Amino acid sequence: MEFLQPATWREALEAKSAHHEAVPIFGGTDVMVEMNFDRRRPGYVLDLTRVPEIQVWERENGKFRVGAGVTYTRIITDLKNELPALAMASRTVGSPQIRNRGTVGGNLGTSSPAGDALPPLYASDAEVELASVEGIRRVPVGEFVTGPKRNVLRREELIWGFIIPEAEGPQQYAKIGTRNAMVIAVCSFGLALHPARRKVGTCIGSAAPTPVRAKEAEEFIEGVLAEGDLWETRGAISEAALRRFGEMVEMSARPISDVRGTAEYRRRAVGVLARRTLSWAWAEYRDGR
Amino acid sequence: MTRAETIPTTPTRERPETPVSTPGRVGESTTRADGVPKVTGEFEYSSDLWMDGMLYGATLRSPHPHANIWSVDTSEAEAVPGIFAVLTHEDVPGRKVCGMEVPDQPVLAWERVRYQGEPIALVAADHPETARRALEKISVEYEVLDPITDAEEAMREDTPKLHLSGNLLRHIHVVHGDVDTAEADVVVEGEYEVGMQDQAFLGPESGLAVPDGRGGVDLYISTQWLHIDRDQVAESLGLEPDQVRLHLSGVGGAFGGREDLSMQIHSCLLALHTGRPVKMMYNREESFYGHVHRHPARMRYEHGATRDGKLVYIKARLVFDGGAYASSSNAVCLNAGTFACGPYDVPNALVDSYMLYTNNPPCGAMRGFGAVQVCFAHEAQMDKLAKALGMDPVELRIKNAIKPGDRFPFGQEVPPPAPVAELLERLKAMPMPEEEDITGRDLRRLPGGVSNVTHGEGVRRGVGYAVGYKNVGFSAGFDDYSTAKVTLSVEGGEPLVRVHTAAAEVGQGIVTLEAQIARTELGVNKIAVLPADTSIDSAGSTSASRQSYVTGAAVKAACEAVREKVFARVREEFGEDPDGLSIEDGNVVAEGHGIVVPLAELLDGEEIGELVKYRHKPTYPLDENGQGDAHVQFAFAAQRAIVEVDEELGLVRVVEVATTQDVGKAMNPQALEGQIEGGIAQGLGLALLEEIQVKEGRIQNASFTDYLLPTILDMPPVKMEILELADPDAPYGLKGVGEPPTIASTPAIVAALRDATGRELNRVPVKPEHIVGISGPTGQPPQPGSRGPAAERA
Repeated sequence: MEFLQPATWREALEAKSAHHEAVPIFGGTDVMVEMNFDRRRPGYVLDLTRVPEIQVWERENGKFRVGAGVTYTRIITDLKNELPALAMASRTVGSPQIRNRGTVGGNLGTSSPAGDALPPLYASDAEVELASVEGIRRVPVGEFVTGPKRNVLRREELIWGFIIPEAEGPQQYAKIGTRNAMVIAVCSFGLALHPARRKVGTCIGSAAPTPVRAKEAEEFIEGVLAEGDLWETRGAISEAALRRFGEMVEMSARPISDVRGTAEYRRRAVGVLARRTLSWAWAEYRDGR
Repeated sequence: MTRAETIPTTPTRERPETPVSTPGRVGESTTRADGVPKVTGEFEYSSDLWMDGMLYGATLRSPHPHANIWSVDTSEAEAVPGIFAVLTHEDVPGRKVCGMEVPDQPVLAWERVRYQGEPIALVAADHPETARRALEKISVEYEVLDPITDAEEAMREDTPKLHLSGNLLRHIHVVHGDVDTAEADVVVEGEYEVGMQDQAFLGPESGLAVPDGRGGVDLYISTQWLHIDRDQVAESLGLEPDQVRLHLSGVGGAFGGREDLSMQIHSCLLALHTGRPVKMMYNREESFYGHVHRHPARMRYEHGATRDGKLVYIKARLVFDGGAYASSSNAVCLNAGTFACGPYDVPNALVDSYMLYTNNPPCGAMRGFGAVQVCFAHEAQMDKLAKALGMDPVELRIKNAIKPGDRFPFGQEVPPPAPVAELLERLKAMPMPEEEDITGRDLRRLPGGVSNVTHGEGVRRGVGYAVGYKNVGFSAGFDDYSTAKVTLSVEGGEPLVRVHTAAAEVGQGIVTLEAQIARTELGVNKIAVLPADTSIDSAGSTSASRQSYVTGAAVKAACEAVREKVFARVREEFGEDPDGLSIEDGNVVAEGHGIVVPLAELLDGEEIGELVKYRHKPTYPLDENGQGDAHVQFAFAAQRAIVEVDEELGLVRVVEVATTQDVGKAMNPQALEGQIEGGIAQGLGLALLEEIQVKEGRIQNASFTDYLLPTILDMPPVKMEILELADPDAPYGLKGVGEPPTIASTPAIVAALRDATGRELNRVPVKPEHIVGISGPTGQPPQPGSRGPAAERA
């Protein structure tokens, strides 16, 4: 196994261009598990931890451009007010040690339906920035992930990072795990209110082959909010509407049964999470937050 | 095969130095010598062993739970550069099978494999990765057979036999009184199931075998019992026992999972074959295949009682899945059969405990074995009975609590102390924790923890009680002894006591305790506990909560023998009557007139050493009706669990566990607290999280990603009240303490969940699905009266 250790982003792209089969590694919290269990024996490993350019985040026209090497710990400490759902999701990742090493970039690279950081990215219409020596392209996260552990990353490309709008309103993230910490999602749900646009963003995690937005539920609740003039009045959402929202989220899920839980449980649980997270986010909105 | 030119004799990174421990006598919370090194990462576990020129061993395992082996071709693997040996069953020079109770397990499989993960071949290489790759070059021709994966199926007459002896590995039949004529006003029935728990010790199986150049071998190893390993290794290597020397290395937890052999024979085979030291170390995934697990059980119960809540009879039919090989299944089956009714005075009982061979992973020893499974069932039954009677569940238990002089259903008289009612009364009186407002709470104090699933929605509180008990020490006629050598000498002008036993320190603290005992008995501050090895006779197993009792007694007796010699010398030289003598701070002191002579002076350069073998009073096997004085000591614990459960999501937070336990004597209070908290954590794991999921004989979750252990956020604070009622037969009156907490906590937590949700919850671990009522127990209930030997007697 060859170990490539570029010192700059340019060098990293060149290395990837020269060795398409090279597996990029940053925190190693996914890659090393696969290698230790002998499920993967890459010919080249491309260590990105010495590349400074991807370990920064910056503000760019009301959006955040976050490098693939920004750890969960830094998301939690640096961006908890600006990107609350992503910070909440980051808090549920692994243990402190894992959060100190793991990155959202890695979560994107793995493209697991259970990736904790993905639902918040979907709910806020984030884009993934992909780069090669030829140039860069931006792909909406929902188009980036194409299946379980599959994405549109080309073999000569690396993930630079992602671009996500600053929260325009309350956001929530909730995750089911059988254990009360350090657990892979049985299922999860991310939600973002966009009061300026009168929109509600959602995403179901770990209950379909990819993270999926609950489009019908979004449209339904947007209709309820518009009809009742609730964005303006900041009035309460009826219990019936909350329930219906949960049911519609359930209908968008396409879960399977596996060692972590049954399909039926996952379906029901995402409905409960949807109802609860909407009620919390709406309560925040009503409080003027 | 290449042979090494020079053979080093001991590992270059040796075991930790003999700790000379800090002050502390029996009854004091002394600091563990291995505590700081473990916390700072400096402690050397067996997986850290290293030696110049050593090779790495690896194991080829069967991917099939059941198959015939038609051929094994190792030629391609042998040709891999860096490979020093490829071995199969043909290379086992001695007995080709091993096993603690029944030698029924091939050292390396031939003709047939009976479980997924069964070892077939070994390689030794100069690099672990080379070894792993060579394994892939061994080709095995299998004929895959249908696995027998259900214990009830295994019991049927027409099911193929997995062993010559048949599929029924053990049957315990206990008849007490007459259940047929017993008349009850109220009857409750229930069926219960326990999933396959794993010991999940953190230090994987590992060790280093070093050939001695004279045909023998030294093995540095993590184990629970050096001598039973030594005997099995010698037998399979075709060597005399004294040619195989075992040295205890740093053990990273055991909980029963290190009672059976894992890589002991394998590494020695490779070492003797190559003439080089060979290290073997399983990774986490292999570890799940490399040791036995807790027996899954299906249990059917019927309890009859009078209207005022006196038990009239209990009928129980217990079916255990022993997996492919015997391991300690015999003892598990015996324990389950004898403890099936709980610590209650039951006038009539009929218990049938069956142990079956299947093609599932082999099951064997795990903390509380046999008692854990039945306690989950009998305590659920007591709650069910209380409900049917409209009685308080604790009152019902107190009313039926067994007491000294009563007889257990297996005929043995209950020895004192047996304070079951007192434990329950005190538990009931312990204050409940203050209930925190549900709104505005830190997420970490809500079900689901940091995952942010509830801010109080759907959360209900429940309280549950359970009491459990178990034997301490080996039972049913086993010659259960320990050996200790205690030597008093003078070093650097100061008296020093060396204590040598073969007792395996697996984290429980026996090393600390041995020093405490020596310090107490001999009045000397400096104590060195020598490394455990097979140069001294057996200490017996570090299991069945027995080391403090049995090895503790051996050390105490050896100290007493040394002390007698000291006093005899004092009488000789000073004319002092030994009756008035004691040793304090290294001086022989006579009652009333102070120091007679310092030990340093008395010994004058000589040593006084005594070797003692200690046996507890004998036990006896059960007769055909399951009657007999089978056990030597009984330990009891009662627990109360408080849970909060999210009814809509099925997620749980255990708020508090309170416990009362009779320990006879708190030898080291801090270590005792550790045992109780650790035991509760393991019981909590079984209640809510821990299960090896097996489908068609295959493990589905052989990793810590999907085999979930409780974290610190899952583990509640524990309130404890310790009773010290001395057992007149035991050293210092002590009782074994390691297992009772694990036994009672699972049923207490599930009882609390039932209280909160109103659901039946008759299977552990309880999954979120079960709490929200999506699916019932996964197991099919046994069909009464339709099957083989069970039907005849049930």
